[in-house]
Amino acid sequence: MEQDWIWGLIGGLLIGTGGAVYLLFNGRIMGASGIIGSLVDGSAGNLKWERLVFLAGVVLLPVLLMPVYREVDPHITDNTAVLVAAGLLVGLGTRLANGCTSGHGVCGMSRLSLRGFVATICYIFAGGVGVLIFRHLLGVI
Amino acid sequence: MLRLVFSFIAGGLFGGGLFISGMTDTSKVQGWLDVFGAWDPTLAFVMGGAMIPMAIAWLVARKRQSSVLGVPLPPAPSREIDRKLILGSVLFGIGWGLAGLCPGPSIAALSFGGSGLYVFVAAMLTGMVVAPFVRSRLDKAVPAE
Repeated sequence: MEQDWIWGLIGGLLIGTGGAVYLLFNGRIMGASGIIGSLVDGSAGNLKWERLVFLAGVVLLPVLLMPVYREVDPHITDNTAVLVAAGLLVGLGTRLANGCTSGHGVCGMSRLSLRGFVATICYIFAGGVGVLIFRHLLGVI
Repeated sequence: MLRLVFSFIAGGLFGGGLFISGMTDTSKVQGWLDVFGAWDPTLAFVMGGAMIPMAIAWLVARKRQSSVLGVPLPPAPSREIDRKLILGSVLFGIGWGLAGLCPGPSIAALSFGGSGLYVFVAAMLTGMVVAPFVRSRLDKAVPAE
């Protein structure tokens, strides 16, 4: 527990290295919502395979790390209504904003993008208010 | 072909990093957002750690015409702050807080997230399919300034 921040930092360095590889080799900004969203709304065009392979890597590495790793319970709520609402909001919101935690957060802020900072402030603020309301006031999560 | 190889490597680093850092654990993400409860600072270390190699990559990219594989590099970032950016990010943030999941970790956790995660991902993909229609509505609602 007390080393969580070290694992966070190491994991973060890996995430950023992934973004660096994707930029410097593939010439693309590593944004998860754009990669996923363009595949489901058909806008990926000739980048389709590149993006599918990217997602295959995202799924596969945790599978490979799992046996040597610590507890992996993702603590996902069993409240289906909450999961549906949250999924719809995340899918719609990230595609309207054209980015999520990886694209606007990691990739955007590291190039001092104004849109990256504005988006990140908005979703962290909204997330904080959301947890305050739904956990502490309404008690649904 | 090389583009596929490096895309896979990048995806692997991203997914492995999300997993190791604890970002596939919704309780750590909600813990970060829960300023009035048991606040968990881990996400700040993840974000900070990720921005270090990424900032270096941007500095390298600035000195180059194209990527190592000859792909054009992204243009300078837009500075346009519009309703779609604000509204979209606020909606995203509420959903992020509700479930503790954002797009990257929801995919990284596919192999172990269970049925709840499938429900979330199905809803997220639905939201992403609907988004282009909402976007064009928003564009029409207010004539371009």
